[in-house]
Amino acid sequence: MYVKGANTLAIPTLVNFLIIFPFVMAIIIGLLREATPLRSAVIILGGFTIMISAVYVAVNVLMSGDTSQFMYLEETHIPDTLVICGEVFLMGLVCFLSIKYKKYYAILFSLIGTIPVLWMDLSGKVVEGNTHVRIDTFAAVMYLIVGIVGILICIYASGYMKDYHHHHTDVEDRSNYFLALMFVFLGAMFGLISSDNLGWIYFFWEITSVCSFLMIGYTRTQEAVDNSFRALWMNLLGGCGFAAGLLYCNIELGISNLSQVTEAGANSLVIVPVTLFAFAALTKSAQFPFSRWLLGAMVAPTPSSALLHSATMVKIGVYMLIRVAPVMYGTLTGVMITVIGGFTFFAASLLAITVSDGKKVLAYSTISNLGLITACAGTGTTEGVWAAVMLVMFHAVSKSLLFQTVGDIENCMHSRDIEDMHGLIIKLPRLAFIMIIGICGMFMAPFGMLVSKWAALKSFVDSGSVWLVLFLVFGSGSTLFYWAKWLGKICTVIHQSFELEDITPKSEMVSILPLTVMIVVMCFAFPWMSGHMIQPILDEAFHTNIPDVIGGSDVIIMMIMVTMIFLIPIASRFLSLGKNSKMTMSYVAGVNAGDDRHYIDSFGKERALYMSNWYMEDMFGEKKLLWPCIWIATILVLVMLIVVVGGAF
Amino acid sequence: MTVAMIVRALLYILLAPFIGALLSGVDRVFSARMQGRVGPPIIQPLYDVNKLLHKQTTVVNSIQVLFVTVYLVFTIFTGTLFFAGGDMLLVFFALSMSEVMLVLAAFSTNGPYSIMGAQRELLQMMCYEPMTLLVAIGFYYANGSFMVNDLMKAELPAIAQIPGFFIGFAFILIIKLRKSPFDLSTSHHMHQEMVKGLTTDLSGHNLAFVEIAEWYDTVLMMGIVGMFFVTSNPISYLWAVIACAVVFFLETLIDNLFPRVKYKTMLIVTWSVILVFAGTNLLILNVLK
Amino acid sequence: MNISKSPWVLHYDGSSCNGCDIEVLATMTPLYDVERFGIINTGNPKHADVLLLTGGVNAQTAPVIRQLYNMMPDPKVVVACGICACDGGIFKECYNILGGADKVVPVDVYVPGCAVRPEALIEGVVKAVGILEEKRKKLKESMKVGYCTVDYSKIAVHMTADDYDPSNQYDAVLTEEALREQAEEKIKATAKPAPKPAPAAAKPAPAPANAAPAANNDVKGENS
Repeated sequence: MYVKGANTLAIPTLVNFLIIFPFVMAIIIGLLREATPLRSAVIILGGFTIMISAVYVAVNVLMSGDTSQFMYLEETHIPDTLVICGEVFLMGLVCFLSIKYKKYYAILFSLIGTIPVLWMDLSGKVVEGNTHVRIDTFAAVMYLIVGIVGILICIYASGYMKDYHHHHTDVEDRSNYFLALMFVFLGAMFGLISSDNLGWIYFFWEITSVCSFLMIGYTRTQEAVDNSFRALWMNLLGGCGFAAGLLYCNIELGISNLSQVTEAGANSLVIVPVTLFAFAALTKSAQFPFSRWLLGAMVAPTPSSALLHSATMVKIGVYMLIRVAPVMYGTLTGVMITVIGGFTFFAASLLAITVSDGKKVLAYSTISNLGLITACAGTGTTEGVWAAVMLVMFHAVSKSLLFQTVGDIENCMHSRDIEDMHGLIIKLPRLAFIMIIGICGMFMAPFGMLVSKWAALKSFVDSGSVWLVLFLVFGSGSTLFYWAKWLGKICTVIHQSFELEDITPKSEMVSILPLTVMIVVMCFAFPWMSGHMIQPILDEAFHTNIPDVIGGSDVIIMMIMVTMIFLIPIASRFLSLGKNSKMTMSYVAGVNAGDDRHYIDSFGKERALYMSNWYMEDMFGEKKLLWPCIWIATILVLVMLIVVVGGAF
Repeated sequence: MTVAMIVRALLYILLAPFIGALLSGVDRVFSARMQGRVGPPIIQPLYDVNKLLHKQTTVVNSIQVLFVTVYLVFTIFTGTLFFAGGDMLLVFFALSMSEVMLVLAAFSTNGPYSIMGAQRELLQMMCYEPMTLLVAIGFYYANGSFMVNDLMKAELPAIAQIPGFFIGFAFILIIKLRKSPFDLSTSHHMHQEMVKGLTTDLSGHNLAFVEIAEWYDTVLMMGIVGMFFVTSNPISYLWAVIACAVVFFLETLIDNLFPRVKYKTMLIVTWSVILVFAGTNLLILNVLK
Repeated sequence: MNISKSPWVLHYDGSSCNGCDIEVLATMTPLYDVERFGIINTGNPKHADVLLLTGGVNAQTAPVIRQLYNMMPDPKVVVACGICACDGGIFKECYNILGGADKVVPVDVYVPGCAVRPEALIEGVVKAVGILEEKRKKLKESMKVGYCTVDYSKIAVHMTADDYDPSNQYDAVLTEEALREQAEEKIKATAKPAPKPAPAAAKPAPAPANAAPAANNDVKGENS
């Protein structure tokens, strides 16, 4: 795929294509109202075009060895005009919808965020003349995530929305609008990742905010409207923070580009915009105290959750944090960001224990894992950034797979409650196996997330952040609890239960199977990924080479473990382990009534027997824990903003 | 990979079950003596497992066998990794993975006692997981490496710097060795409300495998206790053995002194102990560093 | 040596007056300390080798005893503790009592007494362990000739008190022992000579292995 030198000219064209084409796709899909095979074909064809272009760009950038050549677009009058028009349009849209649904506070945030930026753009106070687009290694890695995972989710959505409207007849079928939004989202993502100009980043940032708001409100029920406006005001608040940082950069510091911010280590004032960007990132990544919007986001159809949670929305926040990580090293901002991240990791994992709705567990787990990424980025050390990027990649793949599987299970069983997944391995074996791999990928030893957690732990220890170490070790205890009990529920084998009809359409399997394979392949490939994808990022960000975070012998041992996990089941099949075992029922104190789901009570009557999972609501319940966590985190955020930003003036 | 590493790993694989069985036998004799009984012969656990291996195996489903086998294999793997001088953190990660396999074996049965045991076992893991990770971190603070090989060459015994971690670890050993106040998931005493908890629906080979895995596990845990005392000086190994003996005796004593507590109490007590002892120790180390 | 060194016990109270139960527990106390012989009271049929039954069997406990017995892995023995478990004892004439433990499961050792003395009980268990050892050898041989395991999860004991009919209670659900004997008889009928504990005996294995499930199906047919 990679031809040295010859293709570097094609890259700018492709990047422009990647930013603009999803919007074109959105318009085309928006015109195809009916869920016809034609629409699916368009989505699949367009989706794969985007995926191939993104992979092509990423591979070329990764292999080129010198990423400084991919910076261009210095004279940008027309695009800038477009950006200004776009910002005005977004502001108008938010105002219109806020008035329509009588949620006037959203207007306030929108105006505060947009008008000063417009004033700056129009009054010519913007610093001009810098490159607007740069594709470096980190952007290439994000391209891979958005291009592969994001597109797979879109393809999944084309099949899913049909089933969704099949089951939810009360919801008006606007699936063309929904699918179009997903492509707009991807376009904004590509734009955000490629942009180096802060004004452009702000524009794409606002698009994702508004887009997620529209997607969450898709069903137009009261709950959906409330949740979507919650997402909107929180993200617009973050947008205000971003806008403030943008203004400060341009007017006070004379900086227009993100790369200048991260390079300007000597200028101590740069910490002010960095803090503001970090604040904006906290809202996007749904860290405490802003977690509630992500929890509310699950009212929308599953593909949007998958998109928001894995490849796009929440990853923007941590993307920004990782970008500014070198500046945060050793500053108060860095400390506060790590503490908020660590705290979120721990608190969200406790909260995840107490909920039984599959999507909600995934939502808390997202918040928790993003907390870890935030904390890693906040340390500002090379190991921290290494772990953060690794986490971003593994999390994107595992989480999108899990969301899609939960969505399919919901379509098959009409429930996404974990308790209803009892005995899934018998009921829907195919989906159950995929889900097991997804869950293992989230917490089990030789799989990806654990590698990153391990690196995170090392980086926290090295940076001497005791609190983070404590948050991480306690948090990994509770993480283990909520994943393992879910895994247990799936693995339960119920006698005399039968297989349900697996109605997962082919288009969804087209998305799910590659992701499953990716989880497994990434287990083997992580040393390679570390060398070829993360090491260059560290070179660019810190200009230093670090020794392998996870060393040679450990990698070999991990490989042995992964191999063992896959070999033991196969070997046991060949050795026919346990073939002489006698089948019995499980022990129910000798009063088993024919199967292990019924017993005879003391009146001689048959009763159903069911073992529910533990949720420990009286200890960590949402009612008990959620608001205190939000308040603690609010105080932390306020302290950070007041001390750092207030201290600068 | 040196010869010494391979020798140590092989020694562990070959000898650990016997040492573990003897420890378990000693534990039973001690308990009996504490209760004024004579108790079984010291090699009784070997008799038990030998019997189990010669009995028919009953299973509730066919994947149970698979989970138990993976549990055994990974427990041995974990211990081998430790004694061969591997990475402490990886040892603990692999250990928790093997434990999850045992839990899944219990979950897969769908039996009420097994599942109750499985849930409790998960809670126990949640209780001790922080401490096991902290132990690795403590060693790193003390001697600057996660590798057991490097830790063995320390100048000063680790206990001098991380006594809090030692107390915390000895405390969670009560859970790990399934001793009384915290033996929520399986009961090694007769007539309990949960039958045999986690292992209720295992029998024959499967139960024997679980027993053997627990022996390996016990030896691994004792090895970690010993690590607190080991230095480059060979005489320190004697101290390590003495420390293991004392800790093991203490665990048996605690087993016989305390009745079982509720899970909430366990969670609160273990996490507080970890936070107070290991957390404070970590804080002090960090300040002094 | 295999089993005799560690007989694990399951104790079930059929409908005893609790006299014998107390004595069973007394054997665990420091005075008798049966753990000296490796005996453990497991409370779990899947771990047990010896089933200790106390008290006569009544309508409610009969299916329970049978189920516990069937859940125990082979080899296994049953010890009837006390006169009630042996033949019903003082309660024999009660309307709800079927009789001794041998009405529902094959009993190997009868230990009389009211209540049974702990010494007698220990003696009984020691005797039972001897039988256990013999059964283990038998099991080994029957495994060699291809005695195939029976999937009991499919022919489950499904009985409530309403289904209870004293006249056919014992026949209604065969114990595993009886099932296996039937299977073995079928195997003997199809296999040529009597199996020898030699490698040559491995050869006729495939044919009996097929025969065994068929035999089970027959049994199931008879039951229904």
